[in-house]
Amino acid sequence: MGDLLVQPLSWGSFFTFVMMAVLFLLLILAMVTYAIYFERKILGYMQLRPGPNRTGKFGLLQTVADVLKLLIKEDTIPQKADRPLFRIAPMISFVPSFVVLATIPYSENLYFADLDIGVLYYVALSAISTIGIVLGGWSSNNKYALLGGARSAAQLISYAIPLVISAVSIVMLSGTMNLRGIVEGQAGWIWQWNFIPQIVAFVVFVIAAVAELNRAPFDLPEAESELVAGYMVEYSGFRYAFYMLAEYVYLIAMSALITTLFLGGWHAPAPFLSFIPGIIWFIIKFCCVVFFIIWLRGTMPRLRTDQLMSLGWKVLLPLSLANIFITAIIIEIIKAVNG
Amino acid sequence: MTIRTEELLLNVGPQHPSTHGVFRIVVKIDGEVIKEATPVMGYLHRGTEKLAENLNYTQIIPYTDRMDYVSAMTNNYVLVSAVEKLMQLEIPERAEYLRVIVMELQRIASHLVWWGTYLLDVGAMSPFLYAFRDREIIIDLFNEICGARLTYFYMRVGGVKWDAPDGWIEKVRDFIPHMRERLKVYDDLVSGNEIFLSRIKGVGRYDAQTAIDYGLSGANLRCTGVARDLRKDAPYSIYDRFEFDIPTRSEGDCHARYLVRVEEIKESLRILEQAVEQFPEGPVMAKIPRVLRPPEGEVYSRVESPRGEIGCYIVSRGKDSPYRLKFRRPSFVNLQILPKILVGESITNLVTILGATDIVVGEVDA
Repeated sequence: MGDLLVQPLSWGSFFTFVMMAVLFLLLILAMVTYAIYFERKILGYMQLRPGPNRTGKFGLLQTVADVLKLLIKEDTIPQKADRPLFRIAPMISFVPSFVVLATIPYSENLYFADLDIGVLYYVALSAISTIGIVLGGWSSNNKYALLGGARSAAQLISYAIPLVISAVSIVMLSGTMNLRGIVEGQAGWIWQWNFIPQIVAFVVFVIAAVAELNRAPFDLPEAESELVAGYMVEYSGFRYAFYMLAEYVYLIAMSALITTLFLGGWHAPAPFLSFIPGIIWFIIKFCCVVFFIIWLRGTMPRLRTDQLMSLGWKVLLPLSLANIFITAIIIEIIKAVNG
Repeated sequence: MTIRTEELLLNVGPQHPSTHGVFRIVVKIDGEVIKEATPVMGYLHRGTEKLAENLNYTQIIPYTDRMDYVSAMTNNYVLVSAVEKLMQLEIPERAEYLRVIVMELQRIASHLVWWGTYLLDVGAMSPFLYAFRDREIIIDLFNEICGARLTYFYMRVGGVKWDAPDGWIEKVRDFIPHMRERLKVYDDLVSGNEIFLSRIKGVGRYDAQTAIDYGLSGANLRCTGVARDLRKDAPYSIYDRFEFDIPTRSEGDCHARYLVRVEEIKESLRILEQAVEQFPEGPVMAKIPRVLRPPEGEVYSRVESPRGEIGCYIVSRGKDSPYRLKFRRPSFVNLQILPKILVGESITNLVTILGATDIVVGEVDA
């Protein structure tokens, strides 16, 4: 893949790239379908019920049926909505979720963009999605949607900062912002993965990531018990599906990013296990992270808006700043000792 | 430049996931802070009290089932006990025990529904399904004794309609230790959860005097430290034969109401244990005339329902249907405090407080 990326642009390479991208998008769509199935099954078992099991064998076609149902639904736009904004908002929310997937290195050879500013690219683009959510909330001309959109903006600002700052300590440790470089820096045994030396950053990053994903216990923008469905309340059919799709693609992207930054990416936990291909290790770790995030939804009540803010600004932000400071000192000490 | 701000009028309900039915609150909010809250009710009004004037006493009982549909057994009891008081009937021992057993089972079932839906209100999804699975056992027991799962029509003036089938009492006996085990699971799952505690501690607080002034009853009153429970203070049926405590807390917030209700489940289990032990043989229906014609007069009967003090006032003119009938519905009285305690809270706390008040809209509107 690396060789392919650096070869000069020709019709052949252009065509290959488009094909690869389309294939990858289809793969992601299939993954989302089964991520939703996976989530509903796990939640079902956690809640003493079987989960979807009627459509197809073991309910495997349930999500397919759901999506088809959404596609044939009437696409309603409220009378007093801001029509252009209302139409474009789900796309603004949805496009960045796919774009960020390009930088993730899935194995040594499988990656779509070898960016030297991979971390920055991910964080910057994923923030665009919130604009889609705020716009959706605003343009619906619905009070619940407006409150949901406003909460979402507040939440993004509060949690993007600890997220970035905890990622900075990883960048300092690896000396690169290139996600491949970061993974390569974690080669070797399991304790060389970043989550052991950077345990504080890891915890802060996971909490902030769940908040960024708008998932329980931080699902305030769409808190169904008070805001009904938050910013999505006026959306139906295909546009609603776009929001849901964006949400699940982000779940996949964020889990992949956590795997890359903290869990050693494609590396095996011990060198003698490296005969198993890297992509398998990546998928295993990735699934564990996805499972963890779904698990949270099965167990946690929701935070209140003010509690969410104080957790973000008063706990996570100082913690991640202190972590950078300590990491910097330790790096300097090690440098001095090694001469 | 000055920023122009204005209050937002938000209509919570009647179709809203957290109003537990067709209940509506009109709130004025500044940002997310409530400035004014007005409960609007009546969407489920069926005119039970007026309808009762044209029905004979047995025909009124199914209407009480539909008032507080989460706790139909206690509603049955409050009506039949009023008529029995008026007619001065002797109720067979076995019938009284059956009534107490079903009422206490109903209290547990009702609190389980509350527990599950309250957790759902604060955003936790799983506890709801845990609670409903255990409630299902009680519902099955009811189904076995009277053939219905929600609206039982089980009690009659003079006793109960059906005797307990073979093995039913043993099933109730087995349920008691099972429920105690489950309560431990519930505690492990929820009671110590940091997020849950921070959501409910100190929210919706009022003191004992305010609670009394507003006429609150049930857990909404006991959470302020007032140990009032009609089962102890004005014992009806055979409650004076059982040993149990009235759980109270002094904080007066949502957390206190939560703890009081969970404790009440344990106390109900204690009553059940004793009732099942003492369960006598005998008939389940007193000798009553074919047509019920209570003597002329007035009567007020009151019962501790899971939601508070439910009362039934009957004016009889000696006919087979009441001249006037009035229910004191605890859900209706308890929610009167909402406009006072909601001011200054956030929209999120509105759901927390409304949930902790534990209203059933069928009873609010009657």
